[in-house]
Amino acid sequence: MITFIFYLFAFILIGSAYRVITVKNPVHAVLFLVLAFFSSAAIWLLLQAEFLAIVLVLVYVGAVMVLFLFVVMMLDINFSQLREGFVHHLPIAAFVGAIMLLEMILVIWAWQKEIPEAAMAAAAGSLPNTTLLGQVLYTEYVYPFEIAAAILLVAMVAAIALTMRPHTRAKYQKPEQQVQVRREDRVRLVKMPTESKD
Amino acid sequence: MPELYEFLTLGALLFCMSVAGIFLNRKNLIIILLCIELMLLSVNLNFIAFSHFNADIAGQIFVFFILTVAAAESAIGLAILVVLFRNKNTINVDELDTLKG
Repeated sequence: MITFIFYLFAFILIGSAYRVITVKNPVHAVLFLVLAFFSSAAIWLLLQAEFLAIVLVLVYVGAVMVLFLFVVMMLDINFSQLREGFVHHLPIAAFVGAIMLLEMILVIWAWQKEIPEAAMAAAAGSLPNTTLLGQVLYTEYVYPFEIAAAILLVAMVAAIALTMRPHTRAKYQKPEQQVQVRREDRVRLVKMPTESKD
Repeated sequence: MPELYEFLTLGALLFCMSVAGIFLNRKNLIIILLCIELMLLSVNLNFIAFSHFNADIAGQIFVFFILTVAAAESAIGLAILVVLFRNKNTINVDELDTLKG
């Protein structure tokens, strides 16, 4: 049964990845990538990595992919022009991909690792995945964890600094000039002769 | 339960598809960024498969950090993309030759 579920989600994953690289409209490509992330999260659940599967859905689908969608929809791009050369590059891309896949599969299948049964059983009966991850993350990997936090901060500052531009057309008040204003600068008394009524 | 090599084969297939995707869509910067995300996903799949079959949590810690760095990378990448489109009005990779590389 688990094997069937694995192959089902693997099939969906491969199909959506294929659509990501071949589809014409980038909005559809992003949506197929969301599907790929969801089926990948299901496969991670099969591997008992519950925390990371949830993080993948929440952080990746919820934040990063929405950011992608937002940018793709915001920019007004002529996509048909960007697709030139697709057919031209198809043979070389298929060739390179097939060669790489062949090499990787040869390596993987030539090396069949014996899994110690005891280790598997010990892992299955121990604490929940999130607890295990937290126990290691905040003790052994606490410095990498803080570096990761610094990386996120730097990324945030960089993204804001890149895209922010000063408002040149905006109108705003200058308080320091406002408080220095005197009456003589603003009000002018004009003497006019009185006019007769006729 | 599927064996380890089945997970690794799935990861390899996904990785090769995303490499082919970069070749195919070499003009469209958005699709290239999407393919990089797909590559990172396949690497994460390998890490988690090894972590499960070796009963070692360190692989999942690696995936955690890869996810962090990938989120930062895509945020900065999209910011650069927006600035690029604002300045040159295109995201065609062929037209980005200001540095004469």
